[in-house]
Amino acid sequence: MNIGTVPSSTGSWKSGDVVSDQFPVGLRVLVVDDDPTCLRILEKMLRNCHYEVTKCNRAEIALSLLRENKNGFDIVISDVHMPDMDGFKLLEHIGLEMDLPVIMMSADDSKDVVMKGVTHGAYDYLIKPVRIEALKNIWQHVVRKKKHEWKDNNFDQSGSVEEGDRQQKPSEDADYSSSANEGNWKNSKKRKEEEEDAEDRDDQSTLKKPRVVWSVELHQQFVQAVHQLGIDKAVPKKILELMNVSGLTRENVASHLQKYRLYLRRLSGVSQHQNGLNNSFMGRPDPTFGTISSLNGLDLQAIAAAGQIPAQSLATLQAAALGRSATKSAIAMPLVDQRNLFSFENSKLIFPEGQQLNNSNKQIDLLHGIPTTMEPKQLANLHQPSQTFVGMNMQVNSTTQHNNSLLRRMSQSQPRAQMLNGANNGSQVSRLPLSMQQSLSSEGIPGAVLAQSGIVDNARGSVYNPVSQGSSMVDFSVNQSKELQSYNFSLGSNSSGMSSLTNRGMLQQEVNSDIKGSRGFPSNYDIFNELHQPKSQNWGLQNVGSTYDASHHPSIQGTQGVSSQLLLQRGISSTHNSGQNRNAPIGKPMYSNGEETGHSNPMGGQQLNSVGGNMLAVKAERFPDADYQNTIFPEQFGQDDLMSAFLKQQGSVGPVETEFGFDGYTLDNLPV
Amino acid sequence: MENQKQHQAAYMRRSLLDQGYLDEQFIHLEELQDDANPNFVEEVVKLFYTDSARFIRNIELALENGPCDFARLDNLMYQFKGSSSSIGATRVKRQCSQFQEYCNAKNIEGCKNTFQGVKQEYATLKTKLEAYFQVSLSLIRYIGNYSKD
Repeated sequence: MNIGTVPSSTGSWKSGDVVSDQFPVGLRVLVVDDDPTCLRILEKMLRNCHYEVTKCNRAEIALSLLRENKNGFDIVISDVHMPDMDGFKLLEHIGLEMDLPVIMMSADDSKDVVMKGVTHGAYDYLIKPVRIEALKNIWQHVVRKKKHEWKDNNFDQSGSVEEGDRQQKPSEDADYSSSANEGNWKNSKKRKEEEEDAEDRDDQSTLKKPRVVWSVELHQQFVQAVHQLGIDKAVPKKILELMNVSGLTRENVASHLQKYRLYLRRLSGVSQHQNGLNNSFMGRPDPTFGTISSLNGLDLQAIAAAGQIPAQSLATLQAAALGRSATKSAIAMPLVDQRNLFSFENSKLIFPEGQQLNNSNKQIDLLHGIPTTMEPKQLANLHQPSQTFVGMNMQVNSTTQHNNSLLRRMSQSQPRAQMLNGANNGSQVSRLPLSMQQSLSSEGIPGAVLAQSGIVDNARGSVYNPVSQGSSMVDFSVNQSKELQSYNFSLGSNSSGMSSLTNRGMLQQEVNSDIKGSRGFPSNYDIFNELHQPKSQNWGLQNVGSTYDASHHPSIQGTQGVSSQLLLQRGISSTHNSGQNRNAPIGKPMYSNGEETGHSNPMGGQQLNSVGGNMLAVKAERFPDADYQNTIFPEQFGQDDLMSAFLKQQGSVGPVETEFGFDGYTLDNLPV
Repeated sequence: MENQKQHQAAYMRRSLLDQGYLDEQFIHLEELQDDANPNFVEEVVKLFYTDSARFIRNIELALENGPCDFARLDNLMYQFKGSSSSIGATRVKRQCSQFQEYCNAKNIEGCKNTFQGVKQEYATLKTKLEAYFQVSLSLIRYIGNYSKD
């Protein structure tokens, strides 16, 4: 298939598979380094490689150059230590806004710094002094990126794929860059963005593959199919068959599956961040706040973010949620913006994050294996997806060691989960459980978790439903609430605690930090840590979030961060919303937990929508919120994610949101 | 004449490498030099001199004035070290590392002493490079009929 005309220089090639004969000659490189000596040497080396070199010694200048010439460069090489802006920050910006491959350089070759480069999405890391040999091959990153994106976009027909998304891509990109989410997705987004950019640019391409937009429903279907098959046996072909979605290709499913797996892995694997993240994330330990309403707001936002809930509904939901607390509304608003980001990004984000999750399998198993503590009716409340999730949660308890603790909690908090489920799209539920588990050691929010995952649909518009339904949950939550509260509180209060939860697998570590509210998740914190240990348990969300978010969530204020994290995974936008919601309302510990968890879960799994909601559900008080939040996230992650997120969060229900970090896209990315 | 200069240049280069004043990085820079950029190495070294002067000045000020900000000193030295390594100034780089160690240990005396060593190595290198360029550049000029400015 022909790419179509390659604009301008021979060296630049846009879409996909066609590479100019002269490639990599003329590759347009932007090199950024504050050291004039190094800069001159690099320039010379790159010229010797026959690249088109532009050098600049200030990150700000580099950014403006890139912004002015959106398609003017193929790759960026930047130093890590620069006076005006940290190289990693620049890396993030570029990833978000331009989606170009970025190579980092530094004389510092310590593992931490190199790892930072990796987590921030650098395509390569060169140790100074740089040799020309190292530069000769940088073109491979450009090719790889394009191929990757092209592949992702590979979509035969419109079918279920949302064509609109693709077309929206360009605008989305714009939105994206402006939104706070930028930071987190980076990697995933970068790829997606680039993909889309490539697509957009390459209109003449004979084979223009619209990008598949993994909507909440689609993702839920996907998750269901995966669960049905069993994570180990879930092969793209079979998943495709089960999903029975027209227009979806095996490749779409395959790449989505890969991301999902990573996400799950990340959820389970990310434990290190949790503590830090959760705390920041949870930030708002406001016990009093624990009203669900707050969650609702957040959830709504999260959901909205997920793109699932139209603004109006969101507003409505928020209003409802707000009934409880006025603050929510405030929060809800901002999240809405995120929505865009999330919906689009979610798919993108989640997956990248997912990659990190290596425990996806585990998580899924866990979910399945979870003894259903949740009452049947509760489960019934949940949508299908949520049910899956619930089941998952159940399993989690039983199957995983790590998760066991979580599960136990989860199971205990079944009712909560229910609520969450209802509230959240299910995805959220998943989140909740994790967070719930974490926070509620005894709570056993499995239900919540389940709820989250399953609720995906519920979350959407009926964030509040779960709440009502969750009467059982409520009761539970009541009981639990105090536990949760404590948890939440710890989570929320520490915000960081939350973050830790979320971080675990969730999103954004940063989110946690943002959660400024510092919910005081001390307890959660631990829980998360414990939870994370299992790694597998990490709903991926957490991990994802944590790693991701850490850097990105500056914007997330407190609990929000958590959600944002989750969202990030989803598509950052949702996190943002949820995150936001969280923060504001999260004041209540419970809330935060729920939210956080919810978020994290949802994030991972399904749209974040539910995340917000789910979380709330878990918390009884929070339910509405939690669910809401959860729902937002769940979309992306699907139930599994939620579960993991939840499980992770078990410690802190509240923080769950942060945990959401499903994708690890910390909420930080949320536009600040 | 040309041969003689070539031999001389080669000898000087070898000696600088053997004595550890410069390392392979410098050779790589020379390899980058081509007809289009015959003065490339000299140009880069000049940039290095400018950078170094700035670093040395800043570090000196930081050491003199009041309480020592070790973090700042470390940061400055880190940059200087990076610059040095980019042209292959091994000895200078080693002194920089030493200085950073003293910074970490918050040993102000150690820092000051080492800083003297940094300045010394830098001065020595500068002298040797200038002598080297005298020969190699004149060689280039001779060969390429370029006029050096």
